Amino acid sequence: MKRFTSFVVSFLCYALRGGAKYYAWLSFLGFFILIMLFTTYQQLTKGLIVTNLTDQVTWGVYLSNFVFLVGVAAAAVTVVFPSYVYHHKKLKEIVVLGELLAIAAVTMCIIFVLYHMGRPDRLWHIIPGIGIFNWPNSMLTWDVLVLNGYLLLNLFCAFYYLYKKYNGQEVNKAVYMPVVYVSIVWALSIHTVTAFLLNTMPARPMWFHSMMPIRFISTAFASGPALIIIAFLIIRNNTELKISDEAIDLLSQIVVWCLGIALFLAMSEIVTELYPSTEHSYSLKYLMFGKHGLSKLVPWFWTSIILMITAFVMLLVPRIRKDQRFLLPLACAITFIGIWIEKGMGLVLPGFIPSPIGEFTEYSPSWVEIFNSLGAWAVGLFMFTIMVKGAVGILLGEVKYSEGA
Amino acid sequence: MKREDKKTTIEKNIEGSTRRDFLKKTGSLSVAGLAGVATLMTGTKDAQARVTWAEWFQTNYRLMTEEEKREAIERLEKRYSEEYGKKVTVDGRPAQKNVLFGYALNIQKCIGCRRCVKACVKENNQSRHDPEIEWIRVIRMEKGKFSAEDMDKGYPSDYGIQVGGNAYKNAGVVLEGQHYYQPERVPEKDAFYFPIQCMQCEKPPCVKVCPVRTTYREPDGIVVIDYNWCIGCRMCMGACPYWARRFNWGEPNLPKEEMNPDTHYLGNRPRMKGVVEKCTFCLQRTRKGRYTACVEVCPVGARKFGNLLDPESEVRRILERKRVFRLRVDLNTFPKFFYFID
Ligand code: SF4
Ligand code: SF4
Repeated sequence: MKRFTSFVVSFLCYALRGGAKYYAWLSFLGFFILIMLFTTYQQLTKGLIVTNLTDQVTWGVYLSNFVFLVGVAAAAVTVVFPSYVYHHKKLKEIVVLGELLAIAAVTMCIIFVLYHMGRPDRLWHIIPGIGIFNWPNSMLTWDVLVLNGYLLLNLFCAFYYLYKKYNGQEVNKAVYMPVVYVSIVWALSIHTVTAFLLNTMPARPMWFHSMMPIRFISTAFASGPALIIIAFLIIRNNTELKISDEAIDLLSQIVVWCLGIALFLAMSEIVTELYPSTEHSYSLKYLMFGKHGLSKLVPWFWTSIILMITAFVMLLVPRIRKDQRFLLPLACAITFIGIWIEKGMGLVLPGFIPSPIGEFTEYSPSWVEIFNSLGAWAVGLFMFTIMVKGAVGILLGEVKYSEGA
Repeated sequence: MKREDKKTTIEKNIEGSTRRDFLKKTGSLSVAGLAGVATLMTGTKDAQARVTWAEWFQTNYRLMTEEEKREAIERLEKRYSEEYGKKVTVDGRPAQKNVLFGYALNIQKCIGCRRCVKACVKENNQSRHDPEIEWIRVIRMEKGKFSAEDMDKGYPSDYGIQVGGNAYKNAGVVLEGQHYYQPERVPEKDAFYFPIQCMQCEKPPCVKVCPVRTTYREPDGIVVIDYNWCIGCRMCMGACPYWARRFNWGEPNLPKEEMNPDTHYLGNRPRMKGVVEKCTFCLQRTRKGRYTACVEVCPVGARKFGNLLDPESEVRRILERKRVFRLRVDLNTFPKFFYFID
């Protein structure tokens, strides 16, 4: 017990100490969190009327961000898998950082779901035992299961590992490895189930096809590692932690191939929908070209396509991919933004346009929605920063257990 | 709901709360946990707070014992009577035996006057504005036409081989409907009308996706919602193929004088913000053997309602004798709302 308290205390002490740059970053995030408190209060007291959602477009930025972040969470597996299945030494040293990202991403998912709900105060209704859990009927209950399970798995993997390291011990392989393998499969399940959440609704033809899960996974495994690469580069530049070029290069190859597959799948969908051009293609047509003079999403769609193609072409060139100073992070940022747009403006929103009776309604988020979303991201990044800072201390051996402490 | 209306309220809302206000209230927000949010969301006057708490802790209506149902109903009657300043009754009547409700609508007769829409709003206590909620929507369908001028037009035009021409505007093109029409008088010459509302599907997708079984099918075939159990996740709104569900985006605005005090727990009792609602075939009336408000008001008798298990009922006769169809049969939802022509 004493060891554990000292772990928590020294972890936090280390994590909360830093240079001016570090505090500037945390205050920057804190600023958005403060604004979020205000807009959250607005939403809790007035209801979702402070959003721009309508009965036609009933899911908006909150759900879009949720879907995207599930992908980011799942993408931790791109670090875990090569480490433990291919025994990639260089990645294995820093695998815990990937797991910490997953923890932060799932936390953001939970915040976004709470924002999405009309009655967050009744959340207990879904807790098995005291409420009703409509499982296995409702796809949302599956999502609740896999996401919470994933959170627990990653909390265990990351902090058990860090704790052992802190004590200068080896992990108990008999316990640790099975959990790691479970978490690898589990990571796939979270994004698959989230795809099923959308594509099991024939009322929304744009989503109603069996390619959704694989599209989700391919985009996730491009955007996730892209974010991880950026995070790794920042960590490498600002701490003593050695992150090898080789580890980053492996991740960048995962990004480029998954991005390629994602583009291929997008192309297949476009051809399949537009060639016969049935009523089912109306969402996609609206997204690509606009319809009845409504075209709010059109620029987003083309921006996202251009960004994704640019990033793909950039990353195909070994010279660019290996330029870890500037061009690689640039390509990663482009990938990340491109896919973020694709998941929200390119997928969740047009699913509702037109409505099942054929009505075209446009939607763009209100200020409350925007600031709540920024705030949720800030909370996640804040958590991630603190956790990574502490973890780096342990990995470097600067934070470790000593009897006297 | 009209978008413009909503926008102005949003602006108003934000300006309306002063900064001092906000600081005062956040003080309590930060100490109160998740449960505190419940009080925050529903007002904190003492007597009312007690009712609110009891309501907050109650279980799903279908799982309540008879005793609990009675208590829940009494609580509601008390709260509504105070809020609306009149005696409000909340009925808890269960489905009758051997009754399966069904609806038939004669689209040949419908003149698009939307009296049903108005009568429904009045009967079922929908929010009048911000959000403006209507369960029935009447879609005005363009009749469309074939014309000789279009014979040789179409895409692609090269080589004289074309696939378009008249095919683009044939009679009754379904997607050219419109439910915001403002006619001088009805019926209009170039249009026919197509009312839609909840179809009370026998295999309802909305029920399947609800994570907490707020919405379920009653033995008489009506898909109901326990407004006190809904968590507002709007899965059902995504899943409904008939766009039948409406959401209380804000606290409903129901003027005291217009409130219909004759309510049912699963039907037209006043809702709260953040929950879903939809047509229930007026179960507060129909379970007592009355017609729905829309059937009663329709000036041309286009709307027919009755017990599908009774071979002598009007709907059953219509199903047997007329040409009948349902919407989107490809989805296997088996609506109990039929359309027919003479
Ligand atoms: S019409 Fe929609 S809301 Fe009504 S029962 Fe069917 S799916 Fe549910
Ligand atoms: S919004 Fe309410 S009724 Fe609809 S699925 Fe969610 S909990 Fe169920």
